[in-house]
Amino acid sequence: MTDSRWSVFWRRFKRDRLAFVGAGIVLTLMLIAILADYIAPYDPLYQFSDGIGDIGQPLGGCKKFLMGTDRYGRDVLSRLIYGTRVSLIVGIAANLSAMVIGLIVGVIAGYMGGWIETVLMRITDIILSIPMLLLAMVLVVIWEPSLKVVIIVIAISYWTCLARVIHGETLHIKSMVYIEASRALGGSNAHVMISHVVPQLVGITVVYITLGVATTVLLEASLSYLGLGVPAPTPSWGGMVADGQTYFRTFPWLVLWPGLLVMFTVLGFNMLGDGLRDAFESSTRRV
Amino acid sequence: MVDYIVRRLLWTVVVLIGVSILTFSIIFLVPNDPGLTIAGPRASKEVRAQIEEELGLNEPLHIQYFMYMDRIFHGDLGTSWIYRQKVSEIVKTHLPYTLKLAFAGIFFEIIIGLPVGLISATKPYSFLDRILMILTTGSISAPAFLVGPILLFIFGLKLDLFPVGGYGSFKHIILPAVTIGLNGAAWYARIFRSSILDALEEDYVRTARAKGRSKAEVLFGHVIQNCLTPIVSLFTLDIGIFMGGIVVVETVFGWPGIGLSAWKAIRDMDMPVLMGTILCTSLFVCSANLLGDVLYGVIDPRIRLD
Repeated sequence: MTDSRWSVFWRRFKRDRLAFVGAGIVLTLMLIAILADYIAPYDPLYQFSDGIGDIGQPLGGCKKFLMGTDRYGRDVLSRLIYGTRVSLIVGIAANLSAMVIGLIVGVIAGYMGGWIETVLMRITDIILSIPMLLLAMVLVVIWEPSLKVVIIVIAISYWTCLARVIHGETLHIKSMVYIEASRALGGSNAHVMISHVVPQLVGITVVYITLGVATTVLLEASLSYLGLGVPAPTPSWGGMVADGQTYFRTFPWLVLWPGLLVMFTVLGFNMLGDGLRDAFESSTRRV
Repeated sequence: MVDYIVRRLLWTVVVLIGVSILTFSIIFLVPNDPGLTIAGPRASKEVRAQIEEELGLNEPLHIQYFMYMDRIFHGDLGTSWIYRQKVSEIVKTHLPYTLKLAFAGIFFEIIIGLPVGLISATKPYSFLDRILMILTTGSISAPAFLVGPILLFIFGLKLDLFPVGGYGSFKHIILPAVTIGLNGAAWYARIFRSSILDALEEDYVRTARAKGRSKAEVLFGHVIQNCLTPIVSLFTLDIGIFMGGIVVVETVFGWPGIGLSAWKAIRDMDMPVLMGTILCTSLFVCSANLLGDVLYGVIDPRIRLD
């Protein structure tokens, strides 16, 4: 990649105010996740005896519990803060793993062609034809749900989308003259793929690593909402929504706060990813 | 054209065989105890062993797979371990609900999404365009378990316009359909906008304008027809997204579709129902993809050449 391409990229990206807002949201959430131990007012798992009302109902916001409590008397604000951790760890780790699988499969299929391409892309098609959330739901019950399992499950359910994109992109790169030149000079397949194809994919990989987190965060939240995510009592936003639904009529905030946080997280990654994509596309405009 | 359709059809069959192997393997991968689920915890060991024998679970794997396929080809998806009801009956009862919801959802996607995309494209980079595009990003990012409850709260509880969950009347379908529709509409709007903007730069647009056609005439007379191709493919892709994403919407609204059945089957470890619902959803996704490819080939003949 030449310098001018990056400078075009940066110039375009700099003007994109929405992308900066997205980056701001993402950075803020990351800080909250990292500093959760310091900024959360209470232990997210502690059940306060004065945290529930006379008939066992949750409390609304008050001086002691700024955002109120849930039905077990736990502090909602602390749970939301720690929920950021689960959401981001799962979202980012699952997406990175999916990206690694997607890159390997996509590059090998696109570059090698022939029966290898047919087999790999058909397997991708087969997995893609089972809806992502359904696949993840089934995979979760194969193993016992835990943080690690949820990450693996989401990666397995999501890599196919990335493999498709990378495959298409590799096909395009393969037709370039420098690839032919490298092969003519006696470069092995592995050498050409690693030294010439993969570096060309950096841009699109960065874009999809960002946009993909939006998908994986949403998938994690949906799994937790359906009771198939990181198990209780670990705070996760999706699980908090499901828990809060019982009290929706009287305490809608129990559903709205975690729901809005999921939305803002996904929104942040989407805005940043869209900005990166626009900038990346204008710096590699193919005529 | 026939050649193209046949080729696509054959690939679909290959994919479906792959899916059938995957769904078949669910029963071995997911830890479950059919004897326990069917006969209950107090049943004797002999009874449980007999149940496994009857289900053919002691046969070698490949024999079991052929038995499974043989039953599928005879329209038999097995019997629910919990409800003692034919899985095909369960699917037949719940699938129409999902289809109804899907079509109602697509209806909202189109009537919201296409006008938004068109308005945005006619005034690109204007204030209105920016606001609309920010709204679509927001709508894409909003999970169904947030939008659904908000709609329920406003239109169900406060304004009392629609029933709060459940099914039966026409009114019941509106809120879940809008929940799906708002999310999908954002995709339609974005793709329609960008394909109109691309088309506006084509030579034929300049020619038509040079011949004295007004902007609106060119837009409605030439551009929009050319921008419907990506919409068709989005439309068929939707079916796949629906079948997965609809699980959450159905759970939020208690809508008795196939997504809710799959979720309950996982919760109850009701393997035949789980296998049946997944097989049926995949069948739908594959048919939709096939339909999309064929329609695409009809609309844009260049595609057939690949």
